[in-house]
Amino acid sequence: MLEIKDLHASIEDMQILKGLNLTVNPGEVHAIMGPNGSGKSTLASVLAGREDYEVTNGSISFMGEDLLEMEPDERALAGIFLAFQYPVELPGVSMSNFLKQAINAKREHLGQDPITAAEFMKLMKEKAELVHLNPDLKRRSVNEGFSGGEKKRNEIFQMALLEPQLAILDETDSGLDIDALRIVSDGVNQLRSADRGFVVITHYQRLLDYIVPDIVHVLLDGRIVRSGDKDLALQLEEKGYDWIKDDVLV
Amino acid sequence: MSQSDTDFLQEVADSDYKYGFVTDIEADTVPKGLNEAVIRLISEKKEEPEWMLERRLKAFRHWLTLQEKDKYPRWAHIKYPDVDFQNISYYSAPNNKPKYESLDEVDPELLETFSKLGISLEEQKRLTGVAVDIVMDSVSVATTFSDQLAELGIIFCSFGEAVEKHPELIKKYMGSVVPYTDNFYACLNSAVFSDGSFCYIPKGVRCPMELSTYFRINEAGTGQFERTLIIAEEGSYVSYLEGCTAPMRDENQMHAAIVEIIAHKDAEVKYSTIQNWYPGNEEGKGGIYNFVTKRGICAGDNAKISWTQLETGSAITWKYPSVILKGDHSVGEFYSVAFTKGKQQADTGTKMIHLGKNTRSTIISKGISAGNSQNSYRGLVKVNAKAEGARNFSQCDSMLLGDRCGAHTFPYLEIENPTAQVEHEATTSKVGEDQIFYCNQRGIGEEEAIKLIVNGFCKDILAKLPMEFAIEAQKLLAIELEGSVG
Ligand SMILES: Nc1ncnc2c1ncn2[C@@H]1O[C@H](COP(=O)(O)OP(=O)(O)OP(=O)(O)O)[C@@H](O)[C@H]1O
Ligand SMILES: [Mg+2]
Repeated sequence: MLEIKDLHASIEDMQILKGLNLTVNPGEVHAIMGPNGSGKSTLASVLAGREDYEVTNGSISFMGEDLLEMEPDERALAGIFLAFQYPVELPGVSMSNFLKQAINAKREHLGQDPITAAEFMKLMKEKAELVHLNPDLKRRSVNEGFSGGEKKRNEIFQMALLEPQLAILDETDSGLDIDALRIVSDGVNQLRSADRGFVVITHYQRLLDYIVPDIVHVLLDGRIVRSGDKDLALQLEEKGYDWIKDDVLV
Repeated sequence: MSQSDTDFLQEVADSDYKYGFVTDIEADTVPKGLNEAVIRLISEKKEEPEWMLERRLKAFRHWLTLQEKDKYPRWAHIKYPDVDFQNISYYSAPNNKPKYESLDEVDPELLETFSKLGISLEEQKRLTGVAVDIVMDSVSVATTFSDQLAELGIIFCSFGEAVEKHPELIKKYMGSVVPYTDNFYACLNSAVFSDGSFCYIPKGVRCPMELSTYFRINEAGTGQFERTLIIAEEGSYVSYLEGCTAPMRDENQMHAAIVEIIAHKDAEVKYSTIQNWYPGNEEGKGGIYNFVTKRGICAGDNAKISWTQLETGSAITWKYPSVILKGDHSVGEFYSVAFTKGKQQADTGTKMIHLGKNTRSTIISKGISAGNSQNSYRGLVKVNAKAEGARNFSQCDSMLLGDRCGAHTFPYLEIENPTAQVEHEATTSKVGEDQIFYCNQRGIGEEEAIKLIVNGFCKDILAKLPMEFAIEAQKLLAIELEGSVG
């Protein structure tokens, strides 16, 4: 469903992604690991269409379409969901207004009628339970004053509501306590399906005990330098990245 | 308010000024120009008593002594071309000043106008229980619910009618809060005021409905000089709504209104405004100049006055709804959202004058600027030497949409009593790229995202408006935001 070829991207004339290749098929869960600053969030942002990044070379096709030609909201409507590493606060914007609008944007895109108030309530309740979201949060402004962990949980809650084709989770596990980690992982696992893909960015092998990936990639200096099964994550946990760096140099 | 959001977005049709049409009703217009004869003519047409004519003339004579420079608020952060006061017609009334028993007798075209504005009287009467005193041009043409109100001893009528029927109240209170010597435009208004609303709430009465007035400018080149007087006797309560839209005209129209509020001991007055005068075309041509003097006095102990306003219209707005806190423990509030776009200029804020002991005031102002507009908050907090224990809290937040607009904050403090506690907070933010991107990533388009964010920004203020008004306010803001970004 997603095919990234030789992707080069820069920000403020700094080359961050330097020829990245990645293919995600429906139903697959890909984990991406890599040291700080290697370009993981950059990849996520480029996929979601953040304007600050300039794609200088390469191509991305998503479900047969040229992703780079699409606006950020069009990408979202086409089924790309990004769980942000740093979710943004929207002061005064109520969760329900925000989510209703997001759901209705999608429904409109699919040629469906807007969601009714009753359906919406039901859906909110159901999905909030899935990620054990504190019901108070639904009545607050989007992410405003949420704790770090609450923000992360809120991202997964939104993912569950919007049912994307491809979900990119950027360090969703960072800042979660042990229980939350399990709850969020359960949420993700329940959404796993034959036609949905996941790209899970993480620093910790532990998450991958819960969300078992099909493939693990190592992103280093703007390129995917190694891919393997989940044992690769275990190796990284044990040895760090240096041995791969050495390997790559050789 | 949340359930309205879906409608609020659907209602957003186009960004052109929605209410820009002109009603074709025979009008009775005084020739342009201003002199004593015109003032006599106005007074005569309105069949006013002699004492009222005398008041007008006194104000007019004072006005003549005012200098050219007095025309311009010396400090306001606005620029505008010279107003030619001889090129304005000072009186216009729909023909056959009507005294309708029912709506059937009202000129159908007038009703049509109101329905285009979305304020069908019948709907208003039937659904909302709002008594509507409509000022079409200068003379009230319909008053509803007055019988119901009369049972409680509440008087809600046109200013002209009050002059005729309640001269003692007018004589006592008119000009008591805003004297004709107050400023250039207040003086002009005192000389040529056309009509307006009058509201009197007797002792201990809680007005059971929101009182509302729709103002409308309809004659090309007709200056509008409304006067509103609200008197709340001891222990009474009233919530008053004022909303306006004006038809599109390629000629500057001046609006110089006066609103006076008197709140006696333990009385409370809430005054809410949606101001949506025609702001002019893209070059800023043809918009309304809105120079209003609004002031209330908490005359007795524990009195409370709050001003809540949504300002979206006018080419130029110059307006500082103020409260004089004379009674001990009295409370003044000012909640404002001012949105400017295109070439609009707004200089708005408040004055809180603390005279009594333990008086409290709250000021929350939200300014949103787009396009090439300039949006200023200007507020004065004055604490008199005798005002022991006075407290003020002010918060002024500005939001910029784009980088060609400006937001300015001018807080003035005059503190003469050392026990005063005054707090001021101010913020300026640009609608964040990251906020818009976050919304985009959830499938919400840019314009919708900005609407959400701006609405979130003003939510606390809009929530202070009475329910139906709050929904209208949201819709209006959405319409205004449409196409104003980029
Ligand atoms: N706005 C920016 N201006 C300049 N450099 C930037 C900007 N955004 C990101 N970078 C740089 O791009 C590089 C890659 O950043 P990115 O956020 O993709 O790393 P990451 O792999 O997600 O790291 P982490 O594990 O710490 O989240 C870093 O060196 C970062 O400093
Ligand atoms: Mg990152």
